Amino acid sequence: MMASNYNAKEEDGHQPAAIGHGGAGTVKNKKPDNTAFKQQRLPAWQPILTAGTVLPAFFVIGLIFIPIGIGLFVTSNNIKELEVTSQLIVPCYNCSQSYSWNSTKPCTCSVPFSLDQPFESNVFMYYGLSNFYQNHRRYVKSRDDSQLNGDKASLKSPSKECEPYRTSDEKPIAPCGAIANSLFNDTLELYYIDPNGSRTAIPLVKKGIAWWTDKHVKFRNPGGNDNLTVVFQGTSKPVNWRKSVYELDPSDPDNNGFINEDFIVWMRTAALPTFRKLYRIIHKKPNMTPTLPLGRYILEVTYNYPVRSFEGRKRMILSTISWMGGKNPFLGIAYITVGSVCFFLGIVLLIIHHKYGNRNHSADIRS
Amino acid sequence: MGSLLSQLGLECGRKEVKEEERHLRANDREFNLSYEYADNAIKTSKYNIFTFLPLNLFEQFQRLANAYFLFLLCLQLIPEISSLSWFTTVVPLVLVLSMTMAKDGSDDINRHRCDRQVNNRKVEVLIDGELRSEKWMDVQVGDIIKLENNQFVTADLLLLSSSEPLNLIYIETAELDGETNLKVKQALTVTGELEDCIEKLANFNGEVRCEPPNNRLDKFTGTLTLKGEMYSLDNERVLLRGCTLRNTQWCFGLVVFGGPDTKLMQNCGKTTLKRTSIDRLMNVLVLSIFGFLAVMCLILAVGNGIWEYQEGSKFAAFLPKQEGVNAPFSAFLTFWSYVIILNTVVPISLYVSVEIIRLGNSFYIDWDRKMYYPKSDTPAEARTTTLNEELGQIKYIFSDKTGTLTQNIMTFNKCSINGKSYGELLDFSGQRVEINEKTEKVDFSWNNLADPKFCFHDHSLVEVVREGNPEVQAFFRLLALCHTVMPEEKKEGELYYQAQSPDEGALVTAARNFGFVFRSRTPESITVVEMGELVTYELLAVLDFNNVRKRMSVIVRSPEGKLTLYCKGADTIIFERLNPSCSKLKEVTTEHLNEYAGDGLRTLALAYKDIDPKYMEEWKLRHHEASTAMDEREEKLDALYEEIEKGLLLLGSTAVEDKLQDGVPQTIEQLSKADIKIWVLTGDKQETAENIGYSCNMLREEMTEVFIVSANTAEEVRKELQTARRKMRPDGPEEPTVTKSRSGLFCLLKTETVADEPVDGEYAMVINGHSLAFALEKDMEMELLRTACMCQTVICCRVTPLQKAQVVELVKKYKQAITLAIGDGANDVSMIKAAHIGVGISGQEGMQAVLSSDFSFAQFRYLQRLLLVHGRWSYLRMCKFLRYFFYKNFTFTFVHFWYGFFCGFSAQTVYDEWFITLYNLVYTALPVLALSLFDQDVNDRWSFQYPKLYAPGQLNQYFSKRAFVYTVLHSGYSSLVLFFIPWAAMYDTVRDDGKDIVDYQSFALLAQTCLLIAVSIQLGLDTHYWTSVNQFFLWGSLCVYFAVIFTMYSNGMFLIFTSSFPFIGTARNSLNQPNVWLTMLLTSILCVLPVVAYRFLRILLWPTVNDKVRYKVRQDKVLPPAPRRVQARRTSTRRSGYAFSHAQGYGDLVTSGRFLRWTPKSRPALFSQTDSPLAQTQPQFYRTINEGGEPPLSP
Repeated sequence: MMASNYNAKEEDGHQPAAIGHGGAGTVKNKKPDNTAFKQQRLPAWQPILTAGTVLPAFFVIGLIFIPIGIGLFVTSNNIKELEVTSQLIVPCYNCSQSYSWNSTKPCTCSVPFSLDQPFESNVFMYYGLSNFYQNHRRYVKSRDDSQLNGDKASLKSPSKECEPYRTSDEKPIAPCGAIANSLFNDTLELYYIDPNGSRTAIPLVKKGIAWWTDKHVKFRNPGGNDNLTVVFQGTSKPVNWRKSVYELDPSDPDNNGFINEDFIVWMRTAALPTFRKLYRIIHKKPNMTPTLPLGRYILEVTYNYPVRSFEGRKRMILSTISWMGGKNPFLGIAYITVGSVCFFLGIVLLIIHHKYGNRNHSADIRS
Repeated sequence: MGSLLSQLGLECGRKEVKEEERHLRANDREFNLSYEYADNAIKTSKYNIFTFLPLNLFEQFQRLANAYFLFLLCLQLIPEISSLSWFTTVVPLVLVLSMTMAKDGSDDINRHRCDRQVNNRKVEVLIDGELRSEKWMDVQVGDIIKLENNQFVTADLLLLSSSEPLNLIYIETAELDGETNLKVKQALTVTGELEDCIEKLANFNGEVRCEPPNNRLDKFTGTLTLKGEMYSLDNERVLLRGCTLRNTQWCFGLVVFGGPDTKLMQNCGKTTLKRTSIDRLMNVLVLSIFGFLAVMCLILAVGNGIWEYQEGSKFAAFLPKQEGVNAPFSAFLTFWSYVIILNTVVPISLYVSVEIIRLGNSFYIDWDRKMYYPKSDTPAEARTTTLNEELGQIKYIFSDKTGTLTQNIMTFNKCSINGKSYGELLDFSGQRVEINEKTEKVDFSWNNLADPKFCFHDHSLVEVVREGNPEVQAFFRLLALCHTVMPEEKKEGELYYQAQSPDEGALVTAARNFGFVFRSRTPESITVVEMGELVTYELLAVLDFNNVRKRMSVIVRSPEGKLTLYCKGADTIIFERLNPSCSKLKEVTTEHLNEYAGDGLRTLALAYKDIDPKYMEEWKLRHHEASTAMDEREEKLDALYEEIEKGLLLLGSTAVEDKLQDGVPQTIEQLSKADIKIWVLTGDKQETAENIGYSCNMLREEMTEVFIVSANTAEEVRKELQTARRKMRPDGPEEPTVTKSRSGLFCLLKTETVADEPVDGEYAMVINGHSLAFALEKDMEMELLRTACMCQTVICCRVTPLQKAQVVELVKKYKQAITLAIGDGANDVSMIKAAHIGVGISGQEGMQAVLSSDFSFAQFRYLQRLLLVHGRWSYLRMCKFLRYFFYKNFTFTFVHFWYGFFCGFSAQTVYDEWFITLYNLVYTALPVLALSLFDQDVNDRWSFQYPKLYAPGQLNQYFSKRAFVYTVLHSGYSSLVLFFIPWAAMYDTVRDDGKDIVDYQSFALLAQTCLLIAVSIQLGLDTHYWTSVNQFFLWGSLCVYFAVIFTMYSNGMFLIFTSSFPFIGTARNSLNQPNVWLTMLLTSILCVLPVVAYRFLRILLWPTVNDKVRYKVRQDKVLPPAPRRVQARRTSTRRSGYAFSHAQGYGDLVTSGRFLRWTPKSRPALFSQTDSPLAQTQPQFYRTINEGGEPPLSP
């Protein structure tokens, strides 16, 4: 022990260096510079895990997480959500069994359902698909962003990634690729059945369902929005489509072609094989009546989209939302669990610390 | 692998035929060229300008990781497989290759420069009858070259003639064997006649036949044929490259071996690339990671096959199959796609980062002011930048003695004359005053023959001498007369003593300064200037030193005709022969001797005796008779000596300090506290080595036993070793416990490890070169190793350079421990190269050791700082780095694995491709570098305070296969959290305005952000030493990440490079969602929580030394007291014997004057013994030379 830092003074440079200070132009020696960096003496904070820091941290985390979790859980529970699985109903089941891409005539069916509580505020209508691998590597890359962004060169000759949906009848497909080709094209309509038996169509808003950036930056029609028919001349519609891309919503030029919002929503591929996509919005009524009062409803489905082949499931979801998005109790439960575990761990560690803690640190260290 | 290549390169250029005999003719280049001997150029560089690029690339791609990345790159070019863009691989690969290339290039340029400098040295060569100045590299075998004083010997030469009488030359062999005293070589008379007559030399056409090139420094056999007569050649005729000519005006030599064939170069051995154990472990790990990767890919590929079979076919309406791809083929393709995606388990940046960290830690060594030696202006130097972390794992240190532990300077320190001790300074109260550089020195200016370098601090002694005290005068007279030193007086009054051992020189120098100047000697007389008066003594007899007698005496006749015998020797020996009248003085002197020995000084007792002239005459007759006796000459002489060295009168004793380097005992103490075993391997004599062992605390009085192994036959050695072992461990097993295991790449390496055996008590072993030669034989090495490893200290004396390396290899082979060799001379080169880490002491005369070392500094004591501070930190940092690095990459990769189950095993990435490219290069590169460049658990002072902190490195605790498995499990857990928490939190949910949030891009962003935050927090947990740089890098990297994603996902980037940045708007749209942030918080906490709890529990329940010290540091909040240097005062009663480190020799010569009558023909008998196998294993000490070639004495 005694040998450490032998001659520290002499060699540490605390003593003014005789050489170099005396006069200008003295011999430059090889003595290393005395900087904190080179001598590895940079000032530093050296935290260690002590009972004083770890235990309070556990308790604090526990105390913070549990209320957050409760808040999240309550919020999630307050969200009203209704899921309608269309296949379960006989007419639609028949549709789903018989329908394929080749069918020329759409199959329609209606699904009755009822709400046991009114939905206040805005209600969002989703369609959900299960077992649909929108995240498959070959599927995900089967698109041409330049084409969708309105690049005319890409319109005429789409990227290779779009194969085999790149050309049809020697004409380029617009929009090309497997994603676009498999666009969800069922039509859903919602009717409220009055207690007296009459059907009232519920107004469904089809705009404002896509990301702003997608609608305004990522997707653009070639040559702006003027006369899409001309612009898309010389291109072919995707094989599975019934109508061309410029016929998606002829009524509204701002919702037609590549910037059709249904199309944009579909093109934002899902991360997981079970997903829901926003279909329509039911805006809150200005008066005090609930957006969707409780009672019986009918969902009219124009069945265009075959899912039977891959054992997929179609769903229609009606949901209100909160500040934390849609209904998902997981976060709330997880927070409560983690918070409790933290708290519990804190207590366990505290007990262990009390029992064994002092023994070890007071023990002498052999030097 | 690199060395393999260069070897191949070398081998190709050389003829495969092994040389069996060398045959050359002087002055006949054409004849000699026909044999294609190597010329004198040396080449250590690897590349030239044209071969650099291809060779270097070839070498680099031999590296597993690089080759792997090249392979990946090829895979990515196949569109069916490519799951990532090409840039994700190319960018890192190019970066890595170019960095390594730059480093290799600059290294090789340095080597070129070195080679050029040596090759371009000039030497005079005899060509076409005239001397021409030629470059070293142009010298050919068979050339005659002329060397002048103080020149380096160019190649291995056959000495032809010299300027000195009797064709002698003096050389210094410090570069070769580390010995600094001069050695003599002598030319054959027949060639000596050539002198410096150029004409004769040019016509000289002798033919030499000799052994092929080899690395034996002490052996040379050959013949010279001249004018039909054969002359035999031996080692004495040969000058080896690396020596320096001294005290000789000129000499001529015939080049026998040149360049790579010289014994020096042959001894250098091939430079094997040293790799650290972590390196080797890393290779094994990388390989097992490959295996692991293959398994993961296989699982996913099988999954893909099943998916394609069950789901894919049905899904074909939306996603048509590729042409000709069925389920098994798709699985096959997927396998390779996943190989690409999961490649990050073997990150290419790993190797680069490791290199950078090592480089950084090497710079710290270069920069350390506490390892800078102001006196010689030498900073420490890390010459190899790839071995740092191994400095923290050293288990065995092999040290040279002379020049490493000691300064090789003897100083006359104290003496006891007639019962009074001198040399110590006492203050007024009688307390000892510590002597340091500022203490006033005794002024010797009254004596104009004094040696100005001599210093002594006790004034009283000078006063006593000058007063004319007869005992004191007799004391110094004895020192001036009784020795075998040769004086050299170049200028009037400038005396140089040529002593065979430095202690003898020190004693004669002391006498010189105190007014008894030994001036000159002839075989019959010694001339001394006594207090200014010239006195010539007639030298009647020298009763020389040998190991048994442990004393030497001279009998002289003073000018007044008084006959006196002066004797100096080991105290025990002298005391036995004292006149009973001295018993009182003996007691006092004994006390003083004990005191000196306690200070670690080497002591001698001095005595004298007046002799009756008549008796002397009679004795001389008998002496003559005995010395010419045909049989039992030695015994007869010994008996005669014994008879006359009786009834001596004690004069006193001397104490010579074999000056240890500063701080050596303390350093050794520190290192042994750190559980490092120190073995001293020295060419010195046993006594000297033992003495040093005691004075530097390696051997201690309180040790249970010190075994001395010095036997002459293999059986005896084995017996001694076994006896020692049984004594240390009576109940131990007879057979060593050997663990056989396989390691290395593909487990090709078979290793045998001998387990450490615990012993009670402290033992030490001293073994001499003789015994070592037997003990190192195959059948006994295990015995040696076991016995030696049970001892605390092992001292091997009289060892050759080769044996030094063998010992190191032995320990390396069976202990699987990290070894370090430290030395200063060329004789240490072999062991420096053999050990895992070689350290050279710089600033001494020879640079050989430093040049072949990995680290160098000026003082032995810096070793403790190198190991306990730099080594420990380097190891700690490297291990932390590796653990963390593997953690972050495994976590990163495993998330892909989990995602595979949710994307139809289609090799879809979880993250943005840009994130994959930049994750290792940008987002996590700097923080982890900061961690591994700045982290320290405790600062240097505490590291010294608790040497035990060094132990984890020796036990490989911080990074091993086990630690690696833990890391993998940890990242497995983290990746589960990092994938499934976002998965569950985002399942079927939407934004707060009802729009999409579970789209692929948002999910990718969420997953990658969670990952980055989690690994950053983990880094924070691992960091023990938070400098501002760490903070800056960590926060900076996170900021850079957010800046980069907002830039890459911006409108501008999308509109310019539409296809490269499809993630437009993702950052803006998802990072404003509260549930995204809540998910990140949850994942981070969940990743960190178990780690914190586990670590806290570990510290609480099973704290390591490290934890304890860190806790203590925190508690004390102060630095440990800077410990003072305390001169260890030993209470030892052990006294050093007559420990002159010279061989018997001069004495005989001094009296006989045989060198004057000597003719070459009478010599062969002297050489017969040197060819016995035993002598060959002995170190090279030029015993034979002394007898033949004594310098002529000046009258």
